[in-house]
Amino acid sequence: MSNLLESKEVLWSADEMMTVSAARSLTNSDTCFVGIGIPSTAAILAKATHAPRLTLIYESGTIDTNPTRLPLSIGDGELAQTALTVVSLPEIFNYWLQAGRIKIGFLGAAQIDKFGNINTTIIGSSYDNPKVRLPGAGGATEIAGACVNTTIICRQSTRTFLEKIDFITSCGFGSGPGSRHAFGLTGNGPKNVITDIGILEPDPETCELVLTQIHENVTREQAVESTGWNLKISDNLKVTQPPTIQELQILRALNAPAESKQ
Amino acid sequence: MILTLSEAISEFVHNGDSVAMEGFTHLIPFTAGDEIIRQGLRDLTLIRMTPDLIYDRLIGAGCASKLIFSWGGNPGVGSLHRFRDAIQNSWPRPLEIEEHTHAGFANRYLAGASGLPFAILRGYQGSDLLEHTQNVKLIECPFTGERLAAVRAINPDVTIIHAQQADREGNVLLWGITGIQKEAALAAKRVIVTVEEIVDSFEPKMNSTIIPAFVISAICVSPGGSRPSYALDYYERDNDAYIAWNTISKERDTFTEWLQREVLMGQKGPVS
Repeated sequence: MSNLLESKEVLWSADEMMTVSAARSLTNSDTCFVGIGIPSTAAILAKATHAPRLTLIYESGTIDTNPTRLPLSIGDGELAQTALTVVSLPEIFNYWLQAGRIKIGFLGAAQIDKFGNINTTIIGSSYDNPKVRLPGAGGATEIAGACVNTTIICRQSTRTFLEKIDFITSCGFGSGPGSRHAFGLTGNGPKNVITDIGILEPDPETCELVLTQIHENVTREQAVESTGWNLKISDNLKVTQPPTIQELQILRALNAPAESKQ
Repeated sequence: MILTLSEAISEFVHNGDSVAMEGFTHLIPFTAGDEIIRQGLRDLTLIRMTPDLIYDRLIGAGCASKLIFSWGGNPGVGSLHRFRDAIQNSWPRPLEIEEHTHAGFANRYLAGASGLPFAILRGYQGSDLLEHTQNVKLIECPFTGERLAAVRAINPDVTIIHAQQADREGNVLLWGITGIQKEAALAAKRVIVTVEEIVDSFEPKMNSTIIPAFVISAICVSPGGSRPSYALDYYERDNDAYIAWNTISKERDTFTEWLQREVLMGQKGPVS
């Protein structure tokens, strides 16, 4: 890993490709409400590479924060000390998120369905007697509702990409066209879902997630086998450019302190 | 009124109370939480947006009969195992839950602090949470007809927060990420504040928030009172302790041994 520049063939992991793809989706003019974990890593990578003026907002109330290392939580001191301003929780959720001032919500998911609805609440068939109790909604329900668009970042497998998820914590397109309007959700919903397989985007007519981009070295068969519904693949399927050496070096430097502790 | 932490908890927190201990990642009042465990309080309704390690300890110690929350994980690490064990297996006792979204919960405190019966927000809709959660109802805006979520005010019997400083008159200053502490304090019937130190006068700080003495029941000097979370400009978040908690709390016996050693037998917090 330390000899990236000298090695003839650059190798990268599927998670790295996912993180780099998510980072590339952000621009200098975006305001991004960031969830912790891979979404946060991707957003910080974007700022450290092609989008230094990207505005990052965390639900702890830190607005336009400029972390130079990965925070472990959404409220680490690093985020407060490098922010333009820090506001209270009612202010961040009411004035900033709910009022529609944030362009992109960057979210993770434990389960996702073909309409981009996400579950972070329970695994199992009963809310009252869950097989596995997950953390719950946090900020995600209203981020999914009120950001102009959302990007969902999660690993793609038949455990996570399901025809029917166990619980809808945060709404994507509900049961299809018209659902968001009926629920009174002001944002446009998921713009894309970025995975370790490729990128899925909603069909403009049906709202169903369609594979529109596949990462290099991943096959169509792998994409289909990693999806719990009958995955549609775009006629104009693009192939993701592999991570550049610069992207990989910066990403690995960001991840290094955390990995050495685990 | 300046009291020792032990005096403040025994005077202002009782069995069966609803107790909010707030601090959003920053300034979590851990030492006060441990004192509640040591005093053996029971049947508490614990209120907190992110239960975090502080309530994982209280839940595992059997202090709580109900939890009101909006995100129950170990930030950046994974699960809260005592919280999960209580919900999935009723250990050490059944735990009733009432679950919200962060935005909804923040607005419940806002209504509570404002002396209103409810607050409104554009939230919960499209989520299955709506049908499983008490104290949220959809209402129609009387002006536009828009359907909005109404959330009932939350008014804890007691709110406990940690702050960087108090002055000699008993006013409190906190800064940095101030989360929901002001609203949680103003929503409560009684307020306990633990502080890093008492100072002669306050200086301007980032996002300074002052809570006046006349709404505070007790102030307790508790240096390090929010470890392993942090107090901006005093000490950093102990991320290693959050990672280590995953192993300590995973099994009931390792947790119980830790609780015995570090909280019940230990000399944590000020013994002044």
